Amino acid sequence: MTVTPPTVAAETPQRATRRFRTTKGRETWAGLAMMAPAGILLVLFLIIPVILAFTLSFTNARLISPNPPRFVGLDNFVRAFTADGVFVQSVWNTFLFALVVVPVQAGLGLLLAVLVNRRMRGVTAFRVIFFIPVVTSIVVVSILWRFLYQPNGLINSMIDTITFGAWSGMDWLNNPQTALGAIIVLSIWQAVGFHMIIWLAGLQTIPEELYEAAKMDGAGPWRQFVSVTWPGLRPTMVFVLVTITIAALGLFVQIDVMTQGGPVNSTSTIVYYAVRKGYEQQEIGYAAAISLIFFVAVLIIALIQRRLTREKD
Amino acid sequence: MRRTVPAFVAAGAIGALALTGCGQAGQGSTTTEDGRTQVTMWTHSAGNPAELEVYERIISDFNASQDQYEVVEESFPQGAYNDAIVAAAASGDLPCLLDLDGPIMPNWAWAEYIQPLGISTDITDSLLPTAVGVWNDEIYSAGYWDAALSIFARESVLTENGIRIPTIDDPWTAEEFTAALQTLKDAGYETPIDIGAEDTGEWWPYAYSPFLQSFGGDLIDRDTMLSADGALNGPEAVAWGEWFQGLFADGLASNSGTIGNQEFVDDEVALSYTGVWNALASVEAIGDDLVILPPPDLGTGPKIGGGSWQWAISSTCEEVEGARAYLEFSFQDEYITEFADKQIVIPATEGAAEASEYFGTDGVLRPFVELSQEYAVLRPETPAYAVISTTFETAAKDIMNGADVQQTLDRAVQEIDANIESNDGYGF
Repeated sequence: MTVTPPTVAAETPQRATRRFRTTKGRETWAGLAMMAPAGILLVLFLIIPVILAFTLSFTNARLISPNPPRFVGLDNFVRAFTADGVFVQSVWNTFLFALVVVPVQAGLGLLLAVLVNRRMRGVTAFRVIFFIPVVTSIVVVSILWRFLYQPNGLINSMIDTITFGAWSGMDWLNNPQTALGAIIVLSIWQAVGFHMIIWLAGLQTIPEELYEAAKMDGAGPWRQFVSVTWPGLRPTMVFVLVTITIAALGLFVQIDVMTQGGPVNSTSTIVYYAVRKGYEQQEIGYAAAISLIFFVAVLIIALIQRRLTREKD
Repeated sequence: MRRTVPAFVAAGAIGALALTGCGQAGQGSTTTEDGRTQVTMWTHSAGNPAELEVYERIISDFNASQDQYEVVEESFPQGAYNDAIVAAAASGDLPCLLDLDGPIMPNWAWAEYIQPLGISTDITDSLLPTAVGVWNDEIYSAGYWDAALSIFARESVLTENGIRIPTIDDPWTAEEFTAALQTLKDAGYETPIDIGAEDTGEWWPYAYSPFLQSFGGDLIDRDTMLSADGALNGPEAVAWGEWFQGLFADGLASNSGTIGNQEFVDDEVALSYTGVWNALASVEAIGDDLVILPPPDLGTGPKIGGGSWQWAISSTCEEVEGARAYLEFSFQDEYITEFADKQIVIPATEGAAEASEYFGTDGVLRPFVELSQEYAVLRPETPAYAVISTTFETAAKDIMNGADVQQTLDRAVQEIDANIESNDGYGF
């Protein structure tokens, strides 16, 4: 982004300077040309949509309509926060989901990473096993888990067997009390392998000598973890937290495949609700407003996280 | 930094132009080598070889029958079809002929995607009323078939349990129906009826709003089409909601299982509320013991949903004459019979029904023709249907899961009314 195009020479150019400028100009154009493929895609699929969403959110535009869109000011935002209970519920569900998933998934990922970061037999097999859900399509995973969660599905049979028939489970996805929890469990299971790999990469950057030194000082495994591993993992931790948070806030596929926001809106999320409003119910203007609110919320959270996790010197 | 902006914009504009250029490739009036005008046609039937085969035969017969037009067909999978149409409409790239699901027609007519059909009234008059799409007193679409729902049962199971076998003239009353389900539950069926509640999407309004209408409620006030108030949250609608909730709460119906009719075929459920498209497989599996019953009369007579896929001509079509000629050619009884027997759907003309193997006077699936004639109710013919449909699905699912009925329906009414208002009444 620091590339500058040739400046138009206003003064009478000297021969040497002009040659210099042309070379520089050629480099600039070459640079632009190389940037073009990525640039065009970014403009088309990122910058233009963001501008469009911003504009649309102040109108009553529809996906299909013979009427031209009308400017409605802040109506959409007012409606979202004051007159739309489902939106408020979706916001709450989304943050609840993130609130549970971020620490649990990061923690479990780290635990798994520490476990598989050893020199022992079959450790590669474990790594592969934990990583398999990550490379499986989330749609496939969601469909499979929908079967597992059925009233006569595998999970309930397991509960039934373990408790010797004392408790035969419940209809997990059709109960407003358990539906979001069920999706949280599945989501953590699906993505924990990915974060395990990131943590693992972080673990392997910590020099072995530090551990040797710690051992000589008489540190036990817990002490080693607290004083050597954890400080060494700081940059990894920031990365993992930020990626999990953003992924958690964008929860969509599991909802779309498994519950469609039900029962009684208990699993509706902001992104799912925006898609539902904009695409199924064709209210593009309102959906754009929801997306904008989402964008601002994610931005604020990311900034807060950056502030909290910045290096304090 | 600042200076790079124009370059960015230029690059973006070039990219956009390039993409638009590609988008135009499929459009309109091309001429073939032998001087015929091409009429483009899109169908949703990719992945349905039986249906596609009939279309291919009609098209090749039509193309061979005259030397002015040539119909060129392109098929899409059903899941992606509506998106393709909406995208094509947005970029002004609609084909001449397109098929559409009945209830979406008013929305597309209102949005000016499609134009009045304008084919001979002799044809449209001969079709089942639910196979003709009318909006604002104009015919916009027409189809070769309709679908219908019914209750499948085994005659032996009903007789053994002393349950009266209902007929089209004398259907089960609400009490009889509930008593029958209870009897079957006592006879050992864990959930005696499979109503397909594990399915999602348009199935919900298609299958369950007829129950609501049978109670005397409706999805919207059909006189004005401007509000759902009173229709979807009045006392009749609440009675429906409580009855529907009771089906699940009392363990008479299940909300999980497999989509389709397999549970009934395996005799895990005694009754199955399902569509004509599942009928032949059940006939083959169960044989003479299968009875096709009307749905119960819950107050104002049994109701079933009507309206299936139909054909329309896009508003940007440049070869309207050719498109109409093709459609008029295609509505021959011979083809309609073939659609009906290959796809197991109800033929739209009497003549085609008579010639049909399954839907003729002695055909095993004949009851469906009568069900469709007697009880079919169209989904509300308004552009607001897209919203009504998804809102009803959410509300009915909430009710199934135990939400307060009155509250849920009030919320649904509020959502529908707000949408209609924000669209200035959708032209009503």
